[in-house]
Amino acid sequence: MTGRERHAALSAGIFLAPALLPIAVFFFLPVLAALLLSFTDFDIYALGDLNRLRFVGFANYLQLLQSPLFWTALGNTFYFVLVGGPLSVAISLGAALLVNSRLTRFPSLFRTAFFLPVVTTLVAVAVVWRYLYHPRYGLLNYGLSWLGIEPIDWLGDPDWAMPAIILMAVWKNFGFNMIIFIAGLQNIPPQLYEAARIDGASAWRQFRHITLPLLGPTFLFVALMTMIGYFQMFAEPYVMTQGGPANRTLSVVLLMYEEGFRWWNMGYASAAAFVLFVLILAGTVLQLKLRGGERS
Amino acid sequence: MSRIRRCLPALLLYGALAAGVALTLSPLLWMLAASLMPIGEANSYPPRLWPSTVTFEHYAALFTRLDLGRYLLNSALLASAVTAIALFVNSMAGYAFAKFRFQGRDRLFRGLLVAMVIPAQVAMLPLFLLLKQFGLINTYWGVIVPGMASIFGIFLIRQYLLAIPDSLLDAARMDGAGEFRIYWSLVLPLCRPILVTLAIFTFLGAWNDFMWPLIVLTDSSMYTLPVALANLLGEHVQDTELMMAGSVLTVLPVMLLFVALQKYYIAGIMLGGMKG
Repeated sequence: MTGRERHAALSAGIFLAPALLPIAVFFFLPVLAALLLSFTDFDIYALGDLNRLRFVGFANYLQLLQSPLFWTALGNTFYFVLVGGPLSVAISLGAALLVNSRLTRFPSLFRTAFFLPVVTTLVAVAVVWRYLYHPRYGLLNYGLSWLGIEPIDWLGDPDWAMPAIILMAVWKNFGFNMIIFIAGLQNIPPQLYEAARIDGASAWRQFRHITLPLLGPTFLFVALMTMIGYFQMFAEPYVMTQGGPANRTLSVVLLMYEEGFRWWNMGYASAAAFVLFVLILAGTVLQLKLRGGERS
Repeated sequence: MSRIRRCLPALLLYGALAAGVALTLSPLLWMLAASLMPIGEANSYPPRLWPSTVTFEHYAALFTRLDLGRYLLNSALLASAVTAIALFVNSMAGYAFAKFRFQGRDRLFRGLLVAMVIPAQVAMLPLFLLLKQFGLINTYWGVIVPGMASIFGIFLIRQYLLAIPDSLLDAARMDGAGEFRIYWSLVLPLCRPILVTLAIFTFLGAWNDFMWPLIVLTDSSMYTLPVALANLLGEHVQDTELMMAGSVLTVLPVMLLFVALQKYYIAGIMLGGMKG
């Protein structure tokens, strides 16, 4: 290393350290520790006296796999990700197409309106929606009664609680994806549409053969971000249902929180967190593979 | 006939847009309306959309009886502190990744980006134990410390600085300016727009964060607004109007901030979305 190189490396280190040290100590180190923790029986006794800690191998993971509650939480989380995620992406794309249409005047006004729920505090709007979902006094059932639909006990009925949470979550986050879709739409050269119009292609065919294919990378990004976010659902059930009714909205993160921070079964909770991590990783790799295959 | 055909697409479009806006904004508008209703009016059938008489008693009750001013202050303080620190450390690291040449730079940066798929919750259990060792549980620092540096923040600054030519910095270096001087008096002013973006992202994220403050802050006098609100719901679930007033106070500061600075916020999402 020459003196110049050493100087460059040194100043790089000084500039990087204030950000990378905290990230290493407060993120990477805990992630590694969580992996180790998941192989121990860390519980409330170990919290008081570390000598109580024992290495238990895969016992926590085996216990998870044998726990009906964990499978329920896993099923609920997949329900939320697989129904809520695509729904959110579809509505975001629809909103982006509307706002970005040539005919729309004042697009930025509509964009701001659709985006407003994104910046709100999840806990606060979850509280608001709890009241909107009230079976008797809620605005939603009142609106539906105009359409002749009988009142639904949104958060009290085991079959309706998850759809209710999904509806709220989609309302809260579709504006974010919409912005990314608008950016993607604006990157498509307008000449393509002009040429298609001259050839007499219908609006649907233009959408199918120009918009969708050219939106590919944006689609992948939006789908990935949405999936990762939806896998981490926590505040929605915490505020709106506490995981009920009959555990039908209990998510993996909520289960991890209850086990880890209410009952202090930190080894067991870490194992649950790691299962979630592996699922997110698998989902990411799967989507990248699928899209990669589509392109080639 | 032909005129209707010509106008039909625009009519359908504006119909869909109007319906979308109504559905998007009605929960927020109802929240505001209900917060101004006299006690019990939000629980009537048919539901009222507008207060019969406007009252601020619930807001007054929140500040006098329920200590909401304290939580507002906690939230403002924590979000501001996290934002100030994040701007400083992330801009330094983003600058280094964009403009310094050192071995393993690109590999290190790619590694950080890949790590963004790790959900934050995985780190939470050991992080709690770690902060307990440091005596930071139930302190403001316990909330600030994990949020102050972020991979996303470093990424934003780096992307922005990549577009700025090296010659500008080299000229300053020729003039004998030290690295920190160049960063402080040349790079930071250049970064102004992206720093505003990062500031809004960080502030909103910290203000809206729920799970980590819920875990770290055990004493109710330390609560942030979202934690206090969730806690309030336990005791006052019947007091719809009061809960709505609390929700308005939680949501309003960040909504105003967004409306004032939305240009920067949207630009940030675009930058993150395009290059990511």
